[in-house]
Amino acid sequence: MLKGVFGRMTKRSVLKELIFKEIDVVIIGSLGIVSFLSFFIGAVVALQTALNLNNPLIPKSLIAFAARQSIILEFAPTFISIIMAGKVGSFITSSIGSMRVTEQIDALEVMGINSLNYLVFPKIIAMLTYPFLIAISMFLGIMGAYTAAVMGGFVPADVFLQGLQEEFDPYHLFYAFFKTFIFAFILATVPSYHGYYMKGGSLEVGQASTTSFVWTSVVIIITNYIVTQLLLS
Amino acid sequence: MIEVKGLKKSFDDEHILKGIDFVFETGKTNLIIGQSGSGKSVLMKSMLGLFTPDEGTIEYDGKAYSSFNDEQKRELRQEMGMLFQGGALFDSMTVQENVMFPLRMFTKKKKRELKDRVDEVLERVNLSDSGNKYPAEISGGMQKRVAIARAIVNRPKYLFCDEPNSGLDPRTATVIDNLIHELTVEYDITTVVITHDMNSVLEIGENIAFLKDGVLAWKGDKSKVFKTDDKTVTDFVYSSDLFKKVRDAQQQGL
Repeated sequence: MLKGVFGRMTKRSVLKELIFKEIDVVIIGSLGIVSFLSFFIGAVVALQTALNLNNPLIPKSLIAFAARQSIILEFAPTFISIIMAGKVGSFITSSIGSMRVTEQIDALEVMGINSLNYLVFPKIIAMLTYPFLIAISMFLGIMGAYTAAVMGGFVPADVFLQGLQEEFDPYHLFYAFFKTFIFAFILATVPSYHGYYMKGGSLEVGQASTTSFVWTSVVIIITNYIVTQLLLS
Repeated sequence: MIEVKGLKKSFDDEHILKGIDFVFETGKTNLIIGQSGSGKSVLMKSMLGLFTPDEGTIEYDGKAYSSFNDEQKRELRQEMGMLFQGGALFDSMTVQENVMFPLRMFTKKKKRELKDRVDEVLERVNLSDSGNKYPAEISGGMQKRVAIARAIVNRPKYLFCDEPNSGLDPRTATVIDNLIHELTVEYDITTVVITHDMNSVLEIGENIAFLKDGVLAWKGDKSKVFKTDDKTVTDFVYSSDLFKKVRDAQQQGL
């Protein structure tokens, strides 16, 4: 499939328009749900850490430290990507699958258009902006943690901010964004594959969306393990 | 003109086309008729370049498709227009955008020129007022007309229609048939139509290929198809009760 995706290119002006459209649908369209989830999951992470921190010898700044580490290392890049596999992945599979069922892909091919490039390439390029979404998720996750921990009275604001900066390793950010780029590629290609090569009718479009979500999640989880093993161990 | 010579195509061990020879003439509506599974769609998809024949050649105005390189094949496809059975309109685009699509992809004309051409074609298919509607907002017959407009907007040399009347009422079906025929003459193109509809055969069957079990069982035109004694053809033609009753009435001198 990738040979076709990066094969004969669609006209540049058309491609540019398609890429902006995909960014609008896939990235901008996901801002709401990602922001909502990030803020509240960040809050819950801080809350859980605070509630389980019963030992008086452990400093309260650990709440911020734990929230930061879990949000930057795993929650924002991995958990949000699984959510995106459900939201964006299913959308990609069903939209391409519907085009397959209604012969729209055949129509592109008959016109002499490289349908894989026309349909999938803009999605891959649009997903290059996915790390911005993850950056927003990280920020809002930490804001959620701050709100829950400080406003909830578990830790003073200055101690939280001190914990947030404790033993901060910029390499962790590199690791998080490196895997985000890989997840972005997976989120664009695996659902596209399931949509493009599906067979059958409307019912099968639904089945393909479900299969696509399962496989995208599986590939993300396994890739996450491999990347973590390679970059952090 | 499209000339098919000794065309054979199999899938796994199933022989779908068993050596087809036929000439699809320019300026005429060429019909491929036959029962389901007779190989009509495979023949058309082979002509569209979507299937590679196992044996035989397909020549477009004397040039064999198999001798074309990738660039030539792409150029040839740009000279083809296709009307799919379900229309295959891009449902995320308006009627106007659908018709403009091939022009945007393959020409470097200015937006004003593109719009003028689209308006001209939409007027030709009597859809001037529907340019801003989405395919889901118009009727099946109108969708077919939009698909025809999209197929001809680039002034193709070859027009392929896969069961253009399926799902349409008889009156709309006749409108579509006549439109296809008029455009064939007007643009002097080679039109190939797959159909089951005997009304279409009567209306526009200028050059007919009748396929049976992957073989060209009969060829002729609409004036001969109802007069032939060939049993394979008469079985197909008179499988419709209406045509059978008309024939019986004629035989009884009614």
